[in-house]
Amino acid sequence: MLLINCPYCGPRAQSEFTYGGDASLHRPAPDASMDDWFAYVYLRDNPKGAHVELWQHSAGCRSWIKVRRDTRTHDILESP
Amino acid sequence: MTYSIFSLARHALSGHKRWPLAFRSPAPAKAYDAVIVGGGGHGLATAYYLAKRHGVRKVAVLEKGYIGGGNTGRNTTIVRSNYHLDANAHFYEHSLKLWEGLGRELNFNVMYSARGVLNLVHTPAEMDAAMRRGNAMRLNGIDAQFLSHDEIARRIPNLDCSPDARFPILGGLLQPRGGTVRHDAVAWGYARAADALGVDIVQACEVTGIRVDGGAVSGVETTRGFVATPRLAFAVAGHSSVLAAMAGITLPIETHVLQAMVSDPVKPVLDTVVTSGAVHFYVSQSDKGELVMGGDLDFMNSYAQRGNLPIVEHVAAACLSLFPSFGRLSLMRTWGGICDMTMDGSPIIAKLPVQGLYMTGGWCYGGFKATPASGWLLAHTIAHDAPHELNAAFTLERFAQGRMIDEKGAGPIPWMH
Repeated sequence: MLLINCPYCGPRAQSEFTYGGDASLHRPAPDASMDDWFAYVYLRDNPKGAHVELWQHSAGCRSWIKVRRDTRTHDILESP
Repeated sequence: MTYSIFSLARHALSGHKRWPLAFRSPAPAKAYDAVIVGGGGHGLATAYYLAKRHGVRKVAVLEKGYIGGGNTGRNTTIVRSNYHLDANAHFYEHSLKLWEGLGRELNFNVMYSARGVLNLVHTPAEMDAAMRRGNAMRLNGIDAQFLSHDEIARRIPNLDCSPDARFPILGGLLQPRGGTVRHDAVAWGYARAADALGVDIVQACEVTGIRVDGGAVSGVETTRGFVATPRLAFAVAGHSSVLAAMAGITLPIETHVLQAMVSDPVKPVLDTVVTSGAVHFYVSQSDKGELVMGGDLDFMNSYAQRGNLPIVEHVAAACLSLFPSFGRLSLMRTWGGICDMTMDGSPIIAKLPVQGLYMTGGWCYGGFKATPASGWLLAHTIAHDAPHELNAAFTLERFAQGRMIDEKGAGPIPWMH
């Protein structure tokens, strides 16, 4: 089980969090091209290695935090 | 050599010491007419049907580990075609029909067991959905049968069908022809049959790069040297994004880990496959006697082939809410397999936007049951450089065109399918 560091509550078990997916995506401007919107909604780099992702401390303070984690080992490389 | 009662008797007389190897392990040649990356069930089936149905004999399957050592050996062996949407229904029904004749086709016992797949219904809303799906299946010519609470209680005595159950059972949708297949035998059977047709199955050969000249594939770099080919196909679900990236293609896929687990083996207690969408759980009993169980994804991107304890606990809790008597068993093993999760929950069996490049992937956590049809259709797509009508909907372009095949209606959140 992951031990995720919440900046407000301290290190907490993964079971207190909800996964929010790839945090490297940037929402395009409302008038951006269809290609940009398509890439934002559907395409993922899906790296085998370091992955920047969102987790919500849903059973705690409910804040969204950004974590960098290795998808090969599950090791958390960086958290707030 | 053909396997038969006579070959069995002959080898019994010599103490089973002279069985020949089922297939060769050649080094890769310099060039092939077609190269399949991935020596799991899908890749081996593709090579077999390319040689058998389309006469393409100079084919190689490149496997980075050993054949069947990935997801083919990690799934829970269930086969079914109980889908609602037309494209899925026709595709999976084609697959189930191939399963039904596969042992004879390959001269290899794949132990197809039509023990039925039962989806439990716990709420009136689920009842409506199951009736709707069952009717859609029957309109598509697929067997589906709604079982009442009493029929289920009679058929599955271990299942808690009492009104006091944590999630009381109202009924269930049964597909009688669904069931299980021995997963390793599928890899071995396709490998042996493909090898007999001249396909080179190259193990311990990892693809490290893809050579593209003038917009067309010209070969692959591997840990065992360069292999030239004008037609290259990926059958590497779990790693589709990694392979596609070598050709400069980004896919609408995330890789997630799905766990499975078995109890210690016991005498026969369950003669069908039972699933519950409400509690995220499914179970069947293997021929060795273990109860084979699974549930949800781990809900985080992973290439690790192992998961975390919360899901194991969830699956065990779900199991006991349905089968209280299984509480006397212990879990013997748990493991994980990595899945291509697509943005609509349906697969991609298609040409890719590089000439001569094809893929079968995006199987989410339902790839095993698709194995024969996936190979059958990818072989057709490679041989004709165009899809068959059964995989015409499973394109890569459908995501940009808004032609999603979203069985669950979950939207573009891959881990929710």
